[in-house]
Amino acid sequence: MKLIIATIKPFKLEEVREALTEIGVRGMMVTEIKGFGSQSGHTEIYRGAEYAVNFVPKVKLEIAVSAAMADQVVEAITNTARTGKIGDGKIFVLDIQQAMRVRTGETNEDAL
Amino acid sequence: MNRITKTGLAAAALTALPSLALAQDAPAPGFDEIGPYIMTTLLFCMAGFLVFFMAAGFAMLEGGLVRSKNVTMQMTKNIALYSIAAIMYWLMGFNLMYPGEFNGYVGSFFVPTALDPVGVAAADAALDYASVGSDFFFQLVFVAATASIVSGALAERIKLWPFLAFVVLLTGVLYPISGSWQWGGGWLSEAGFSDFAGSTVVHSVGGWAALAGAIVLGPRLGKYDKEGKVHPMPGSNLALATLGTFILWLGWFGFNGGSQLAMGTVGDVSDVSRIFANTNMAAAAGAVTALILTQVMYKKPDLTMVLNGALAGLVSITAEPLAPTLFGALWIGAVGGVIVVFTVPLLDKLKIDDVVGAIPVHLFAGIWGTIAVVFYNGDASLGTQLLGIAAYGVFTFIGSIVVWFILKAIFGIRVDEETEINGLDMGELGMEAYPEFSKG
Repeated sequence: MKLIIATIKPFKLEEVREALTEIGVRGMMVTEIKGFGSQSGHTEIYRGAEYAVNFVPKVKLEIAVSAAMADQVVEAITNTARTGKIGDGKIFVLDIQQAMRVRTGETNEDAL
Repeated sequence: MNRITKTGLAAAALTALPSLALAQDAPAPGFDEIGPYIMTTLLFCMAGFLVFFMAAGFAMLEGGLVRSKNVTMQMTKNIALYSIAAIMYWLMGFNLMYPGEFNGYVGSFFVPTALDPVGVAAADAALDYASVGSDFFFQLVFVAATASIVSGALAERIKLWPFLAFVVLLTGVLYPISGSWQWGGGWLSEAGFSDFAGSTVVHSVGGWAALAGAIVLGPRLGKYDKEGKVHPMPGSNLALATLGTFILWLGWFGFNGGSQLAMGTVGDVSDVSRIFANTNMAAAAGAVTALILTQVMYKKPDLTMVLNGALAGLVSITAEPLAPTLFGALWIGAVGGVIVVFTVPLLDKLKIDDVVGAIPVHLFAGIWGTIAVVFYNGDASLGTQLLGIAAYGVFTFIGSIVVWFILKAIFGIRVDEETEINGLDMGELGMEAYPEFSKG
């Protein structure tokens, strides 16, 4: 089992969700986050004074899938979330030690 | 339009009373005699309602431009200052500002306002003018506007009670004394100074008091760093700030239109409508100017500057909203918009922290509007206009700064660092404006 953590541009969320649903992903967790990477911040002007926006809004997806499916998920996210401009985000893949469905008590792959 | 006629005419009506009272069988007065009184009283009531609503406009503008942790405090100050102004103006302000015969500098203190008797007879009313109730109400909503100007500039760091103590003195003493110089028939009115609805008498006075307060109080923590760099603190709700600006714009029709002080003739009622049209044009020109200027200078339009630009246009036309053509109102208002866009950053350079832009809008545009009178009003001269601007500036700024220093020495006027950082809402009031946002 793999946990895929992806940060993407917020306006790409719907497109990514559709692509993942199409390849059979049955659930995900979504969080609105702020952060910085190589895009770092940018500056804006308020009432004539320049100020830095140090953290950029992103959306974080957390998706648990079977190990066999992980590459496909990463590829789907990469293809749909990419704009080619700086700030498209990052994807991390982690091993999951254990999983449990709370309602039924099913474990591991059955719980995903 | 000069307001000195009020008391003199009322006195004339009173002296005419005995002969009228003897004529018991005389026919009821016709519309020719009482019509102007009724129409002007109606004008004061309607215009007064509109100017009253400006209190809501100031509250929304300020509530939108402060951060969410200080919104409850800003609302508290706004309703408190309006209410204090209403009481102080009854207790001493109105008769201090309109003393009738006086030395031209200071009238009598502590003469509370008395209304016309219930069901006043036509013979006992000031038929050449309007009812005392309408006149008093119309004048008191102006002084409340002056106090609102101060609250916006000093937001997010001043303590509640010292601020309200200042409001007591501003609305009961400082504003009425300086107001009497012009609208009470005092020395500046005699000198030929011209300020139709109060670019100087109301707006600059508020601006000078705010400037003095901002200097004594100091900027918000973190607004300016050691290198002098400005750190903007964006407002919590620009929808409210925009609503507030539109409400002020609406209220200004009463502010300027009502200052015609008469609606009993074709000429007067036409003039009132002429003032409405000019007032609207100046606001529109100020807003469009700020919109274009911020686009050109900063690559993106700044809504808060556009709002300030509309208000600066309104302040600019307030000293002479009657005489200019619509084109005149347009360019006078547009210059107001330019003034705001350039003086907001200028105040930041001087490290004078004015949260809502009250000083550029009301003081700087107020000075401009008072000077601009000379372009369309042949009776005004530049020298006298500058004299008036300087007189109001010196009196109000010095009077205010003395009061602020005394308040600072006795009570302290600034909240402590922890309260300022956590927000005045919780620190001073224990109540948040938007509790759901932080508590979930």
